[in-house]
Amino acid sequence: MKEKIEEIRNAAKNMVDEIVDLQELQELKVKLLGKKSELSNLLKGLGELAQEERPKVGAWVNEARKEIEEKIGEAEKYLKEKAMAMKLESEKIDITAPSTKITRGSKHPINRVIEEIQDIFVSMGYDVVDGPELETDEFCFERLNLPQGHPARDMQDSFYITEEYLLRTQTSAVQARTMLANEEKSPIRMICTGKTYRREDDATHSHQFNQVEGLVIDYKDKNTSLADLKGTLEVFMKKMLGPNTELRFRPSYFPFTEPSYEVDVTCFKCGGKGCPLCKKTGWIELLGSGMVHPRVLEMNGYDPEKYSGFAFGTGIDRLAMFKYGITDMRYLYANDVRFLSQFDRQDKE
Amino acid sequence: MILSRNFLKDYIDLDENIDIKTLAENMTRVGNEYDLAQKLVPATKLIIGRVLECVDHPDSDHLHCCKVDIGNEVLSIVCGAPNVRAGINVIVAQVGAELPEVTIKKGNIRGQESCGMICALYEIGIDKKYLSEEDKNGIHILPEDAPIGKDPIEYLKLDDEIIDFDLTANRGDLLSMLGMAYEVGAIYGNEVKPLDLSHSESGEDLNNSFEVRVNTDNCSLFLARKALNVTIKESPDFIKNRLIACGIRPINNVVDISNYVMIECGQPLHFYDADRLGNVIETRMAQEGEKLTTLDGIERTLESTDIVISDGSRAIGLAGVMGGLDTEIEETTKNVLIEAAIFDSVRVRKTSKKIVRSEASNRFEKGLDANRTYMAMERAVKLLEAYADATIQTGTVVYDKANKEPKKVDIKVEDINNLLGTEISLEETLNVFAKLAFETTVNGDVITVTVPTRRMDISIKEDLIEEVGRIYGVDNIKGKLPNAPMRMGHVDKTDREIRNKMISLGLNETLSYILINDKDVHKYTNDSFEELKLNDPMTEERNTLRYSLIPSLYKIYEYNRAHYTKDVCIYEVGKGFWKKDEVYGESKKLCALMTGEYYLGLGMKKAVDFYIIKGVAEEMLDYLGYGNRYSFVLPKESIKEFHPGQVAEINVNGEVVGVIGRIHPEISKDAVYVLEIDLDKLLAKKVGKMKFKEISIYPTVNKDIAVTIDKDVTSDEIVKVIKKAAGNLLIEAKLFDIYTSAMLGDKKSVAYSLTFGSNAKTLTDDEINPLMEKIIAALEKNLNAELRK
Repeated sequence: MKEKIEEIRNAAKNMVDEIVDLQELQELKVKLLGKKSELSNLLKGLGELAQEERPKVGAWVNEARKEIEEKIGEAEKYLKEKAMAMKLESEKIDITAPSTKITRGSKHPINRVIEEIQDIFVSMGYDVVDGPELETDEFCFERLNLPQGHPARDMQDSFYITEEYLLRTQTSAVQARTMLANEEKSPIRMICTGKTYRREDDATHSHQFNQVEGLVIDYKDKNTSLADLKGTLEVFMKKMLGPNTELRFRPSYFPFTEPSYEVDVTCFKCGGKGCPLCKKTGWIELLGSGMVHPRVLEMNGYDPEKYSGFAFGTGIDRLAMFKYGITDMRYLYANDVRFLSQFDRQDKE
Repeated sequence: MILSRNFLKDYIDLDENIDIKTLAENMTRVGNEYDLAQKLVPATKLIIGRVLECVDHPDSDHLHCCKVDIGNEVLSIVCGAPNVRAGINVIVAQVGAELPEVTIKKGNIRGQESCGMICALYEIGIDKKYLSEEDKNGIHILPEDAPIGKDPIEYLKLDDEIIDFDLTANRGDLLSMLGMAYEVGAIYGNEVKPLDLSHSESGEDLNNSFEVRVNTDNCSLFLARKALNVTIKESPDFIKNRLIACGIRPINNVVDISNYVMIECGQPLHFYDADRLGNVIETRMAQEGEKLTTLDGIERTLESTDIVISDGSRAIGLAGVMGGLDTEIEETTKNVLIEAAIFDSVRVRKTSKKIVRSEASNRFEKGLDANRTYMAMERAVKLLEAYADATIQTGTVVYDKANKEPKKVDIKVEDINNLLGTEISLEETLNVFAKLAFETTVNGDVITVTVPTRRMDISIKEDLIEEVGRIYGVDNIKGKLPNAPMRMGHVDKTDREIRNKMISLGLNETLSYILINDKDVHKYTNDSFEELKLNDPMTEERNTLRYSLIPSLYKIYEYNRAHYTKDVCIYEVGKGFWKKDEVYGESKKLCALMTGEYYLGLGMKKAVDFYIIKGVAEEMLDYLGYGNRYSFVLPKESIKEFHPGQVAEINVNGEVVGVIGRIHPEISKDAVYVLEIDLDKLLAKKVGKMKFKEISIYPTVNKDIAVTIDKDVTSDEIVKVIKKAAGNLLIEAKLFDIYTSAMLGDKKSVAYSLTFGSNAKTLTDDEINPLMEKIIAALEKNLNAELRK
């Protein structure tokens, strides 16, 4: 009997070894271990054996059965792995081939700089306010202490639509609007960014360009001295142009501020050593600024005896050109997709 | 305004060791920018030589071979000038000399050695406009007694240095050498010396024979004097050279004196040939259409806003702008009537803008000091006496309504320190005013400053603070951050969110010009508005403010197509402008233009079509929270720039907020799609807060339904019917197939995937099947649909 079981077991093992397919293995499993298998038949025939033989033979059969089950299990595991490996192999692709995607979007460099400026000033407690681009003479000039016939109007040749309406020549127009809109006459800390327009067009001037304007008004003798203006612009410029940037304030003249200052920054091309961009001076004239003229405060509802303030402004286009190394201003407005699509990633902090 | 150092030295003792660049930089620090600071004649290694020998070059028809004695040496020089000859003294540039256009090298010209160059004045840096005809066409011939071997620049008294300033509009006082002297004096602590006005006068008082009439408010001061028996000749060198240094062409002594005094005092003068004038001079406004031939020979037609000078009847000059031809000073002029006047700055500015901007008009525009007008008159007669042999007639005819009193402004040291953020002492403050030559009196803590009339720019306390700041030195004021209370800054980020979303949808952001051609302004819209045209456009291409951004973006598309870029997916957030019912306004708009391929990749190329740009619009609207509140509707009236079958108005809560569609094939052969949304209109519609909705734990059930239906029935209409019939157990009805064929004729086959679900239970067929029947019945009844089996 023992030999017979041994024989069945060995034959079964050999059969399992020869199987290469999972399906066949399942069929073989039924044949070897199923209800009609030789081993099952042996167990069914146990009753015909002598009483003392039964446990012994039963144990042999179960042992053989267990061994065959293990053998099948191993084979099954092997075949499954093999099948998976084949499947994976067949699904192998060229991972260097081009991806599937939609066209690439990008943000205009000027708007990138505008956002950066907004974020700097918001972090310092400034509000970002908006104003009309189609402005009235009143807000663009009159309320900024630039009456009709004022010689400083020559500095800005304007696009008039009617006698009253024009395209704003400066974001400063928003100063007056902000002051008037503040009914409680509370302190103001604001910037305004946006498009401005002047009647000039050449290699370095576009008739449409962008400016940022800042205005701070507080109760007199609090936080609005020239020293505060200097400190504020130093922070702004160092953040925009790098920590080694130095500022130079030069007395100047703007009708809406008194005193007024033009602000030069260390040349961003040569770092102050002198180059064609800075005409070998090491400085680039970048901002206009000053202490809000008492007439401007008064005309816009702030008592100059009680309040004082400072204001500043600069062109954004040139900052964008510097920041991204753009060599010609005309790129900014040509909107060539080959130019635009270069600005398609996050800015480095 | 050009500053001449030699000229300046008449009024202050400026330290010789201060070089011109340093002076220019220091002037910049107090607010006076400059374009140029250099020697008047920047050429180097020049020497006076004498031509000993001059023979024709053997191989040239115009060159000469010269031997030139330069004192310690005789040079061989080849010279091409027509006026070179033996026996003249000349300017020689030696080997190594740097001239404005060239560096002199030892050379060989057609076989003849040449060790230098004989120079024309224009070759050493004097502009041709200042030169005589002879000097324009050849080398400069120095006088017989010119010292051989010496510096010709020094000999010609051209050894001057200049700074070309770019002054601010408020500093009219610096348009004079005297004003410059006060400014430089304030920096270096030099006192300004008075001008020499001494002269004699004789004869009957002019007031007895000559009348000044002023018949307009636009002239506040008019002085007239007479200089008799002048000799017209060349000016002395110092006058000529100083005028050249200041950028003015010398003409003759009399004309030069009027310019010289203007540069010196800042007061423009006008000299008339007195014998052609008569006994009256009048200032009045021009009559509309009045004619005047100005001294440039052009006949001008005047307007009633121009101030004119007349001889009592006809106009003889445009006040402050240009004199008339008839009374001009000529070679034969004997007697000169001198006008020194102040005309209204705004009027002069307007007239000069039309006619010509001159040195004189520029000064009138900036405003003049009446005390200087008197000074200039006296200086002019002094110089005419000295350099034109004039006899000065006794008396000045005066019309004077001008203010000549200096302003007094009170200020406290505290005011200064508060505004500047400094700790400047009273002593330092008084010192600054002293440097500026402003008189002060101190009363308690109040300083009363007497502002000289030349400083017309100073009238309030803040102006004085600026003076203290700039002379004290802005660099000495240390910056600090405001010690202000903490507050939150606010920025509306909606714009930025919209733009970032568009970028993430694969579009490139543009920044286009808002000025467009007027013929494009009404395109892509049926809205009624008045276009806004510029009064004075720079070009016809940009003469009108845009209403829609689509023309701007279409131009960008055309530019890119012309530059070989076919796939253009761009957008912009910008403004459109309009006038409606006499109201001017502007609206913020989002505009996108898409053409070419949008999905990119292996086998995945897909060209932009209507549904892609519609998808962009929906993504944006959903993102902004308008999901389920918008629909795309065929416009009631077709918009002629759009493809009539591929255009829709975007309707949010019953209002049209935008348009989307394909540009008409007659405009663009390529399939170009555009989208424009009025963001002001859209964002005015409130959106609720984002809020969590409970997720159903029960499974959803999907059912598909396919019907044939009339071609013109829209998907929106079908979905509406399905939703109404299905009730609230239907979560979504999604179109997944549209099919048309010849067999179907006027019909199309559409298939929808319906998703049912409930938050309360698992739905069974018993519940869903009746709904499906209801849906089919409704489609059949309302839309004449037929179920496909």
